[in-house]
Amino acid sequence: MLLLFALASILVVVLVGLFVFLQGYPLLAKTGFFTFLTGLEWLPGEGIFGILPMVIGTLAVTLGALIIGVPLGVTTAVFLAEYAPERIAFWTRRAVELLAGIPSVVYGLFGMTVIVPLVRHVALNWFGDLLSPEMRTGYGILAASLVLGIMILPTIVSISEDALRAVPKAYKEGSYALGVHQWQTIWHNTLPAAGTGIMSSVILGMGRAIGETMAILMVAGNAPAFPTSIFSPVRTLSGNIGLEMSYASGEHAQALFATGVVLFIVIMILNGLALLIARKGANA
Amino acid sequence: METKNKFEIHNLDLYYGSNKVLKDINLDIASHQVTALIGPSGCGKSSLLRTLNRMNDLIPSARVEGSVLLDGEDIYDSETDVVGLRNRVGMVFQSPNPFPKSIFENVAYGPRRHGERDRKVLKEIVVRSLKEAALWNEVKDSLHKSAFQLSGGQQQRLCIARALAVQPEVLLMDEPCSALDPISTSRVEDLIHELKKDYTIIIVTHNMQQAARVSQYTAFLLTGSLIEFDETDKIFTKPSKEETEGYITGRFG
Repeated sequence: MLLLFALASILVVVLVGLFVFLQGYPLLAKTGFFTFLTGLEWLPGEGIFGILPMVIGTLAVTLGALIIGVPLGVTTAVFLAEYAPERIAFWTRRAVELLAGIPSVVYGLFGMTVIVPLVRHVALNWFGDLLSPEMRTGYGILAASLVLGIMILPTIVSISEDALRAVPKAYKEGSYALGVHQWQTIWHNTLPAAGTGIMSSVILGMGRAIGETMAILMVAGNAPAFPTSIFSPVRTLSGNIGLEMSYASGEHAQALFATGVVLFIVIMILNGLALLIARKGANA
Repeated sequence: METKNKFEIHNLDLYYGSNKVLKDINLDIASHQVTALIGPSGCGKSSLLRTLNRMNDLIPSARVEGSVLLDGEDIYDSETDVVGLRNRVGMVFQSPNPFPKSIFENVAYGPRRHGERDRKVLKEIVVRSLKEAALWNEVKDSLHKSAFQLSGGQQQRLCIARALAVQPEVLLMDEPCSALDPISTSRVEDLIHELKKDYTIIIVTHNMQQAARVSQYTAFLLTGSLIEFDETDKIFTKPSKEETEGYITGRFG
């Protein structure tokens, strides 16, 4: 009986994958997977479907989110695991958990009303002359990265903290007993020993960043064009689907499903990577 | 026999929260000798050892009263540099705790953190320390293999080498052989004999034969109090306290 339920979840994954793939397949067969992936132009009206700008957009926004979220998240985890007095750790943890519970649409609102104007201000006042008009709106890679960076914090903080706490106390004591400072012990001993756990937290955060749709739609600007700076508006793969699916039909709809196929593959590769790292960690 | 004192412990009390673990300890530790701390489980001998390099600081509720002088200076003075103290007073733990790094990196860890960058110097330190810890011949061809591939006895000697690499003056050993087989134990004991030429050694042990074999002085503790402290020969042949005699003849503990 329990096995049946377990199999049901596998079945759902297979069905979703199969469904998305079947819907997208006709278009992929027509344009060719490679042309679809590397095409520079997305003109549904003219039947031209290339998603490279969105692949780049997704990668740029995800990388940006990691650059912001990983240092902040890992530092928070180190603070919680090593320094924070119990009361402060308790409240910080609650706050981070709450962060995980905020709906992404609310992050989008926050992004539109706080982060986008902030980025616009920076773009206008610091780089105004260098940037073309569409880069001065505030909507773009930087705003999206900032919002996403905050959104992936809970994943990174909680998994990294667990990894840090799982490091045997004997390593720490051994290091202190050699007359090594606490921060050196953390940097050269505890963090490396927790490395695989922290790595998994980063990859899971990355998965969340790549899949996120709503919040990104609200702050990224969504132009399906090749970005040229961190202020450029971009469209992500998931954003592309969310934006156009409501009115698409025929080939256009198939192209959106094909976008879903690419997204699906990327997420699967990431999950595989996380699994591989976890297994390597277990063996070491 | 040289009688200079490395440590002088005066009226030492140690509390964990409201629990008094050590009561009014007075003890002098002779330089370049092996001093053994013996007593039944829970008597405070490991806690006493850990007051000497302030490892008890890691326990938030721990509190110390009295004074511990190292070469005449109180290590519990508010001016004391605890990190520097632990550099001078090394420690080997009950169960071997090599880092998840290579053999080389385990030994080089301390010197590296203290700022040594020159690979040639590091290599010299590693070789010297491994030789001092009588491990060199067994690992000289596998320096870059994981320390976890060594046997328990080898791991413990690696931990000794790691402690020696930062050139401490004192070596604290907390039941260093309790996780080892008899052959490994006798190797570590031989090593202790060698090391006392250059280091002051304080060893906590459950094993009274071991205390008799390796130490020149023995302190017997019972429920947090120092019952008797004397030359090892005397403690084991003509103890002056009834409790000591009871313990070493196996009537309790």
